[in-house]
Amino acid sequence: MYNKGTVIAGLAIFVLFVTFPIWFNGLDAGAMPKYTEAEMVPNGEKACVAPADVMRDTHMQLLNEWRDDVLRNSDRVMVKVDGKEYRKGLQIACMECHSNKEKFCDSCHEYAAVQPTCWDCHLTPAAIKEAQ
Amino acid sequence: MDTKRRKFLKMAGASVLAGIGAPAIVKLSTKDAVAAGGGHGAAKASHGGGHGAEESSGVRLGMVIDMRKFYDNQGMLDKAIESCYRVHNTPKIDNPKSEIKWIWKTGYGNAFPEKSHNHRSHTVHESSFPVLCNHCDNPSCVKACPTKATFVVEKNGIVAMDFHRCIGCRFCMAACPYGARSFNWEDPRPHIDKPYNADFPTRMRGVVEKCNFCGERLALGQEPACVEACKGTGAIVFGDLNDPKSEVRKVLDSEFTIQRKPSAGTKPSVFYIV
Repeated sequence: MYNKGTVIAGLAIFVLFVTFPIWFNGLDAGAMPKYTEAEMVPNGEKACVAPADVMRDTHMQLLNEWRDDVLRNSDRVMVKVDGKEYRKGLQIACMECHSNKEKFCDSCHEYAAVQPTCWDCHLTPAAIKEAQ
Repeated sequence: MDTKRRKFLKMAGASVLAGIGAPAIVKLSTKDAVAAGGGHGAAKASHGGGHGAEESSGVRLGMVIDMRKFYDNQGMLDKAIESCYRVHNTPKIDNPKSEIKWIWKTGYGNAFPEKSHNHRSHTVHESSFPVLCNHCDNPSCVKACPTKATFVVEKNGIVAMDFHRCIGCRFCMAACPYGARSFNWEDPRPHIDKPYNADFPTRMRGVVEKCNFCGERLALGQEPACVEACKGTGAIVFGDLNDPKSEVRKVLDSEFTIQRKPSAGTKPSVFYIV
């Protein structure tokens, strides 16, 4: 191999550079967002359309399904889970109980570095309250 | 060498003949089947050029606006507009270049340019006409939309919008013959009357919006906001155009009504008694 020293050193620098985001924080993803039950569900409601772990994993799919049902298929029939009825909608269903968007949505989205665009159009409970 | 070349030419000639001839033979022998599946028959049925009398099927929501009720009561018109804007968190922007219109007032000449002439009655000349999205049977905006953000709802014929999908290209605005679509040039929220309607979202900068025939209210069994604002006067009659027993059809069957720009071929679902 020609220029062995330069090539291997270059490769090493390249690998280090590419993996920078992984090792820079000492292989630590940072502290998981901490929250209390009261911050997540200020009105103390226990029931939801699905168990918490399912919602944590798939709330984005569910919201997309609801969106397509309501807008595209004109299917605004309420979702009935365990005798409780929910309207299909982020602003009109989810935020009824999870009325603290800054804690409930943002804390985790910031941790996961995702920037959903929901609130460009949908009104947060805080925005509704502020405008009253 | 010579025989091989001759053999090759014969083979090539036969292949070319077979290649050209085969489709023709297939076409001749399966004439009926091809015609049925060829798509030409189906296209004819859905072609609603606006000249024929093709009727759409299923529920087809529409309205009749009785201007006779509005001539002496233009305040009711403002009430209807106000009600719509409040229900849908629609911004009120005075600048005509960036204003957002769901239902708005215009003069007779602008509403019905094809029926306009220079000896209109004073009443017609001086009155404002409410205009809104016509929820056409043959909507040109839907054809223009590259993302299917605007579409006809199969269930009720409303020309609806999915703001999530709108990319703000404004093709629909160019395609709409009625100017019923508005583009959000700026963040609409500062221009929305407060308090908000908490059950309806706002829009963001960069999307097109228009009247949705109050699809969200119909789902709750309510009338459209503008219809409700004129309740009791019969100024706006709303219902299924395809149901011969509906109130709107009774009015259509008994009164002389006009549409906006029927020559555009879009077959509007909003009718006017002038």
